[in-house]
Amino acid sequence: MTETPDLEQNPIIAKIRGWRPEAVAGMISFRGEVTANIYPEHLRALAEFMRDDADLAFTYLSDVTGVDRFPIEPRFELNYHMLSIPKRATFRLRVRLPGSEPVIDSVVSVWPTANWHEREIFDLLGIRFEGHPNLKRMLLPDDWEGYPLRKDYPVEGPR
Amino acid sequence: MTTIQTATGPEQTMVLNMGPQHPSTHGVLRVLLELDGETIVKADVDIGYLHTGIEKTAEALTYSQAITITDRMDYLAPLSNNLAYCLAVEKLLGLEVPKRAQYIRVLLTELTRIGSHLVWLGTHAIDLGAMSVFLYCFREREELLKIFELVSGQRMMTSYFRIGGLALEPPVGWTDRVQKIVRTFPSCFDEYEELLTKNRIWIGRTQGVGMLSAEDAIAMGVSGPSLRGSGVDYDVRKYFPYSSYDEFDFQVPVRTEGDCYARYLCRVGEMRESLKIVRQALEKIPPEGPIKADAPGIVPPQREMMKTEMEALIYHFKIFTEGFAPPPGEVYQRIESPRGELACFIASDGSPKPYRMKIRAPSFVNLQALNKMVVGHLVADAIASIGTLDIVLGEIDR
Repeated sequence: MTETPDLEQNPIIAKIRGWRPEAVAGMISFRGEVTANIYPEHLRALAEFMRDDADLAFTYLSDVTGVDRFPIEPRFELNYHMLSIPKRATFRLRVRLPGSEPVIDSVVSVWPTANWHEREIFDLLGIRFEGHPNLKRMLLPDDWEGYPLRKDYPVEGPR
Repeated sequence: MTTIQTATGPEQTMVLNMGPQHPSTHGVLRVLLELDGETIVKADVDIGYLHTGIEKTAEALTYSQAITITDRMDYLAPLSNNLAYCLAVEKLLGLEVPKRAQYIRVLLTELTRIGSHLVWLGTHAIDLGAMSVFLYCFREREELLKIFELVSGQRMMTSYFRIGGLALEPPVGWTDRVQKIVRTFPSCFDEYEELLTKNRIWIGRTQGVGMLSAEDAIAMGVSGPSLRGSGVDYDVRKYFPYSSYDEFDFQVPVRTEGDCYARYLCRVGEMRESLKIVRQALEKIPPEGPIKADAPGIVPPQREMMKTEMEALIYHFKIFTEGFAPPPGEVYQRIESPRGELACFIASDGSPKPYRMKIRAPSFVNLQALNKMVVGHLVADAIASIGTLDIVLGEIDR
């Protein structure tokens, strides 16, 4: 999973690089899916840029997925799966967050659909989203302790 | 509760608890409706009653074992779930599935789509007071379930699609049963449309109700027929074809009105189109040929080979004791399930178990739009709006 030459020709990546070169931590191409690793502080601004830019038009956010890479640091990984209906294109943004106090800007103001995705990640992985309108537990009861999708949380429940 | 101004002075809104056990919620869903008289001011959706931790469970199973729990998410379309998961693992492995298996997959998932839409139509109609449609729809669905049972041995929890192909060779004569459905179903659809499409009560309950504009639908991530009822033609089968869908000739019904009636017409039109695909698939499926990819170590060997070849026996033992390990990496595979964009995200760390398996459930995302659809409408319209989103709570809560 290293940078391959076909990534250099990718127009979406060229756009992101041209927008703010310092935001990009790396690019990955795997099985035809292109991922841009970006630094968390640029996420919301980049999301807005990618939604509003006429050549990209990523107006549709399909999914947000959190992955726990425990014990690797930075421990948490968020994958934003974006879709551009007019351009028939897909793209994935990835940010990494530290294990202690994982916090990131919410993208609800960019894509309202992120509301429930972020709430679910907060509920199951314990990542906080700054600026989320209603960040509370969703699938689990309000008084649940721990975050079940974390890797240090056993399948059978906390012990 | 909030204070509102009425003709007789300031008044408080009322909070009405709809669900969790309510016949129109199609599962276990609780909606907190804030009401001004009978008009909805706000609809707060509470989910999680069916949360069973399927994604966490999958992390403890091998790739082959995890197929069985995908059935249990969207229990009205188990084959679509199987397909999304299997395609994701196949993408991870870089595995090519034989054409014959691909066509059979297409045929069965389209039958699943019809079956799922039949349940939707029946329950939606019964919610809005049309009893007989429900009985007809379930009568026809029974025929579809019989085909699933014939092919996989199970009516609902099929697990028929496996990594690299199909579980079993379909039984002799199964295509005759499908032919019969292709022949008889169009008149059934006519029958439902006769009962509903020009029915004044049906039109009164659905037209102009649960309005969703194209902009709102895209912003809320709505997909499937619920999105196409708002004038956006996004269908994964056309945009990102998988499993040889690009070889089939079919239309995607789109309506621009954005109300419950438009979504109803989209789904009925979709059932007819699905039948068209089934008809083409029947012609395409070769009578003989492999149904599993030639991938030793991933696809279990034939029983006969295990009796004569030592490698086959070793592979069999290895697959069922430790599984197989795809290369590290992440894939996101989307398909068009009856409810919309169903996607499976798998992160592999190079071990025989999925490091992280996430399902992007279309119902989960579509349900978010409920608040937009019902505010300013009556309580009775909330029932129509929940019905028209075609949610399955098993998939929402996972």
